[in-house]
Amino acid sequence: MAIIKPFKLEEVRDALTAIGVHGLTVTEVKGYGRQKGHTEIYRGAEYAVSFLPKLKIEVAVNADVADKVVEAIVAAARTGQIGDGKIFVYNLDSAVRIRTGETDKDAL
Amino acid sequence: MKLTRLLTGLAAALATAMFIGLAAPAAVAQDNPAAAPAAPAAAPAATAPAAAAAAKPAPPATPACAGAVAAIPETDKFAAVPAVPAVLTNCTPSGGDTAWMLTSMALVLMMTIPGLGLFYGGMVRKKNVGDTVMTSFAITCLVTVLFAVVTYSLAFTAGSPFVGGFSRVFLQGILSDINNGGIGNPNSLAPTIPETVYMCFQMTFAIITPALIAGAFAERMKFSAMLWFIGLWAIFVYAPIAHWLWGPDGIFNSSNDAAWVKVLDFAGGTVVHINAGVAGLVAAIMLGKREDTGPGHNMVLTFIGAGLLWVGWFGFNAGSAVSAGVQAGMAMTVTQIATAVAALTWMFVEWGHRGKPTVIGICSGAVAGLVAITPASGFVGPIGAMAIGVACGVGCYWGATGLKHMFGYDDALDCFGVHGVGGMIGAFLTGVFAVQQYGGTAGLMEGNPHQVVNQCIGIITVIVYDAVVTVIILAIIKAVIGLRVSDEIERDGLDLALHGEVVH
Repeated sequence: MAIIKPFKLEEVRDALTAIGVHGLTVTEVKGYGRQKGHTEIYRGAEYAVSFLPKLKIEVAVNADVADKVVEAIVAAARTGQIGDGKIFVYNLDSAVRIRTGETDKDAL
Repeated sequence: MKLTRLLTGLAAALATAMFIGLAAPAAVAQDNPAAAPAAPAAAPAATAPAAAAAAKPAPPATPACAGAVAAIPETDKFAAVPAVPAVLTNCTPSGGDTAWMLTSMALVLMMTIPGLGLFYGGMVRKKNVGDTVMTSFAITCLVTVLFAVVTYSLAFTAGSPFVGGFSRVFLQGILSDINNGGIGNPNSLAPTIPETVYMCFQMTFAIITPALIAGAFAERMKFSAMLWFIGLWAIFVYAPIAHWLWGPDGIFNSSNDAAWVKVLDFAGGTVVHINAGVAGLVAAIMLGKREDTGPGHNMVLTFIGAGLLWVGWFGFNAGSAVSAGVQAGMAMTVTQIATAVAALTWMFVEWGHRGKPTVIGICSGAVAGLVAITPASGFVGPIGAMAIGVACGVGCYWGATGLKHMFGYDDALDCFGVHGVGGMIGAFLTGVFAVQQYGGTAGLMEGNPHQVVNQCIGIITVIVYDAVVTVIILAIIKAVIGLRVSDEIERDGLDLALHGEVVH
């Protein structure tokens, strides 16, 4: 699971496709980290917006390629600026493809 | 950063103040119409190229207007109302015409805000909606001020054949001529309404023309650069071109007997649409392509905007008769017909070409039809309107989908594809389908091929002048403050970076 800058989505997708990942789920999310928010103006009053729009992408892959996937996402999503996002790697118990009933590795 | 902004603001304020300071003495000097009715023509002739105009006794408007005023007997219905000063009585010979023109002015203003703002606003991405609608609003305000200060005078008073004089700078003397000989409205196109109403009506045209250009540079131009560009363009491009076609002594004015070439442009095919379209094309090329593009965020806004444009266009076209009479009725009729035909044409062409009829498509087709019938309304009949509708439905579809990809410029919202191409098709076909019985001039179909040649001369001259001056203006702005926002701002959206607001 990774949190990235919204405009980096296409580059991340291309990078993942290039290393053979064939599926990706994207969610629009808001959050904050070291990058603080910005201010918006409404009739002269400034309002602090402390949660910034990001994209959450979720990719399920086999453990043996997990490192490669992380590297690919880091390479594609990095701008070097504050607010590039984070990647969290965790274990999956199982997976099922609904159409066929295939499980685990076959379902990916 | 803040200091730069402050300096930019100060510079803008200073420039405005200097401009007003320079213009004011000139205005005062000119504000002396004297007793002679010929004064409006003679006074501005002080400008160098106007020497020829000075030889003329008066703008052609004067006799017509004086006649109209003289024709009103002492027992005029307005004279019975004691509250109305005599000066207004004399300059309002027709209550019906004046009422219609007051209405038309409001309709045409509605075309820009909110019409055009919504039409364009629905076609940009969500991150740029605020900037797009605010561009329409800011242009409305900016051009209103410029028009009152100088561009009305430059466009619509007699001066030289190329540009008007300074007799109406700051709108001075807009009623005083009535006291000095009862001339009334000095414009030959508006003999039966107060000059104030004519001025406001024309002001709304001067507003929408530069606002249309915004379609070409949307989603990437600096807001400050946009204001400079539009302000300079309104003075150095719109004013002279409007004078050529509509000024009392303009070189192309079809109702000016001394015109060099009589070009038919009823409501602004050349002055408004070709003019805006070509300036848009130049702006799109000089700004370069957007970093990334995507589908518009809300087609319903575009639908509402197109609907408001259509309704407002009756003020635009039927209002350009400058009277509530027979010609306005035919202008209204052909406007409705051509628009419907063009919308259907675009829809069917797109359906056949891409497989689906789209909302943006039918809305764009309607606007293309409105554009193309603009120069022709008042001169052509219903059959001509149908032909023009089909021609521009196909032509503008190609302009918006084929042409721009062929040459690779990024005309974001198809300002040139719809207004430039549609304006050219309409201006050209006006020369083909003009009917003597409706507008007083015969076209090619009635055996007058000469009118087509005249139309082409008008179209080409406007394109060349517009393109050259627009390039100069944009090059100067590019050198001084730059035209484009940074890549980062473009990526995150103009709304937040330039205006500190987001739509939702």
